Amino acid sequence: MSSERELFRTDDAKVQTDTRDARMSGQGDRFNSKLREAFGSSPFILTKFDKFMNWVRGSSMFMLQFGIACCSIEMMHTYAVKHDLDRFHAGVPRASPRQADVMIVPGTIVSKFAPRMKRVYDQMPEPKFVVGMGSCTISGGPFQEGYNVIKGAEEVIPVDIHVPGCPPRPEALVYGVAKLQERIANGEASPVTVKPYELEQFGDLERDEIVDELASEIDEEDLVMRYNWADSP
Amino acid sequence: MSLQEEETPEIEADESELEALLDDLVVDRDDHMNAPAFVIRPDSVQETLGRLKNEAGYDHLSLVTAEEYPDRYESIYHLKKFDDPTDEVSVVVPTDAENPVSESAEPVFRTADWHEREAYDLVGIEYDDHPDLRRILLPETWQGHPMSRDYDQDRPQMVPLREHANPLQEDQRSDADSDTMFVNIGPHHPATHGVLHLETTLDGEQVIDVEPDIGYLHRNEEQMAQNGTYRHQIMPYPDRWDYISAGLLNEWAYARAAEDLADIQVPEYAQVIRTMGAELCRIAAHMLAVGTFALDIYGDFTAIFMYAIRDREKAQNILEDLTGQRLMFNYFRLGGVVWDLPEPRDEFFQKTREFVDELPDLLEEYHDLITGNEILQMRTVDTGVLPTEVAKNYGATGPVARGSGIDYDLRRDDPYGYYDELDWEVPVEDGCDNFSRLLVRLREVEESAKIIEQCVDILEDWPEDERNIQANVPRTLRPEDDKEIYRTVEGAKGELGVYIRADGTEKPARFKIRSPCFSNLQTLPEMSNGEYIPDMIAALGSLDIVLGEVDR
Ligand code: SF4
Repeated sequence: MSSERELFRTDDAKVQTDTRDARMSGQGDRFNSKLREAFGSSPFILTKFDKFMNWVRGSSMFMLQFGIACCSIEMMHTYAVKHDLDRFHAGVPRASPRQADVMIVPGTIVSKFAPRMKRVYDQMPEPKFVVGMGSCTISGGPFQEGYNVIKGAEEVIPVDIHVPGCPPRPEALVYGVAKLQERIANGEASPVTVKPYELEQFGDLERDEIVDELASEIDEEDLVMRYNWADSP
Repeated sequence: MSLQEEETPEIEADESELEALLDDLVVDRDDHMNAPAFVIRPDSVQETLGRLKNEAGYDHLSLVTAEEYPDRYESIYHLKKFDDPTDEVSVVVPTDAENPVSESAEPVFRTADWHEREAYDLVGIEYDDHPDLRRILLPETWQGHPMSRDYDQDRPQMVPLREHANPLQEDQRSDADSDTMFVNIGPHHPATHGVLHLETTLDGEQVIDVEPDIGYLHRNEEQMAQNGTYRHQIMPYPDRWDYISAGLLNEWAYARAAEDLADIQVPEYAQVIRTMGAELCRIAAHMLAVGTFALDIYGDFTAIFMYAIRDREKAQNILEDLTGQRLMFNYFRLGGVVWDLPEPRDEFFQKTREFVDELPDLLEEYHDLITGNEILQMRTVDTGVLPTEVAKNYGATGPVARGSGIDYDLRRDDPYGYYDELDWEVPVEDGCDNFSRLLVRLREVEESAKIIEQCVDILEDWPEDERNIQANVPRTLRPEDDKEIYRTVEGAKGELGVYIRADGTEKPARFKIRSPCFSNLQTLPEMSNGEYIPDMIAALGSLDIVLGEVDR
């Protein structure tokens, strides 16, 4: 840079001094909402603690960094620059289930993975919520007829919001998350339904043909998940 | 294809040589559309493959296909040469229906280990002296072999959720009785790029053994394809194999096999569009690979990952204009593509041009941020070493092979589409380490941009009344009974192939997918034994695996 050039100076006359003055002298006008007026001189509100907590929960969600299949690519896009889920107070993905309260299930769940997914879900602290992303998580999607594919995440864990699509666009996922936040702020949660595929101790299972067949391979205490393909929807 | 007809005499010559070479072993002949096939006895697999490998130079075991016929089981070994992938040969090993046992090819080709395990798992053929014949994709306690004929799909199954063995137990110690520890990484872990489980044994800080445990995303893609009709029902599935936006590349693998099988000629105009689309996909796929690789190495979820996603987003926008979808394009049809370039064409061309033009600058940024970064260099240069011969033995392809100095790219060596008319290069690095693989990817992005640019030029000048996007294809395709074909294309991760056996109906009787990631992932123990855990994670990241494709 040449040293002869004049230094840049702000021309005080040209900046919007109103705003600046307002800032320097306490609350500016733009902070004075109708609500603020209604409160009058006392800036306190009374609310139910539960309501407040729900609002807090909905406004700061910690998502589990959980990728299963194709949908997780769109999920990554949702977190990243363009769609930026963080703007909706639901941004920072956590690597550990212990630090997360929302699990987005993005992909196909197969028999080998379902018990692991349930374990991850169980490790999340309460209250916890699940967003099912994509057709696979809803019903098995394009793979529903497969010999190994669970017909939706809801067979294994409770799901609060389903976002359909294959894959849903990032916008759709943002919408799903926003809906979930709305529901949380209202104190609504899905009932934890009884699911067809639960983990059980092998020893507790009814003795049938398969149990007999596997008796030599599986320990009594082992947790197992029994898949009854014919009866699942 | 016309190309093939010209070459016919040469293949004949090769064939008689091969016949002479295998004279005493061959019991019958078979002819696949892509290669001559020799039928051998189940107890001479090693001998046959050994001779083909050592004396005839077939050093690339591309795929092992297993299938069940009403009266027998069959394993097919598809062999190629790294020097000339058009020179193929198949070895067919029938085994009897009652007691399907055949010799393992593992001592000759290391890569046969996993391929045969899969054949055992899904079809039920057993391999004699296979080092470790267990299920690979399905849980250990699975009953029956789902791709075999009498499998009852409605039968209940049971899957255990076991704790892994206690690391303090005696049996976890290595021979030297040093302090070893067993660590499970995954199947839910941010560094495993999906649902992969690594059973890792550590000695202090060092990895002494790692065993990838796959199958957490086994979505029965082969069965799905076998249940679909050729014309329309199969095409959506390839998008979901390598789902990192490599959709069009995968669709091409199916299209190429099915088009050759049904003898469909694709109009040239459609070939140019396909080529352009495929390369856009390659860029998008490599961007994510580079972004997540940096994520694995510095844990950098902010800058580099966001840069990579930003640029990927641009490629995706163009692809969305072209195909109407962001990720699962379903854009190819047998005999062409589903629709022409979007209107207004000028706008589309301009958008694509802008993207391609700014790529060199963007890549400069990546080189500043990544390859020029000392920390990254210290972490990646000379770690995860995969020597050339080892890579070949494992059937590694794509950037993994090219990072190990193997000059092998099907776009050039076995040309399809419009590639042989265009001017571009195959980047090869001979460092054999994590860094080389990264470099290869970045340089490939540059080459893809060159290809796209040329395609745009060609498309722009294409006369309006010759824009033919579809060949005439019969409403239902019924390739003749017992026609077999195996065709491969260069996917983003390497050689992606499809084997189809027709049975005269409108659905394939056997559909087998050769996924590059499946073979590439198999090299992980070679690259990481003796290294530190973070280097193993780096090696895994540099392989750029997609579980959708590993597990299929
Ligand atoms: S819904 Fe579609 S995109 Fe999502 S995981 Fe399933 S197949 Fe993939």
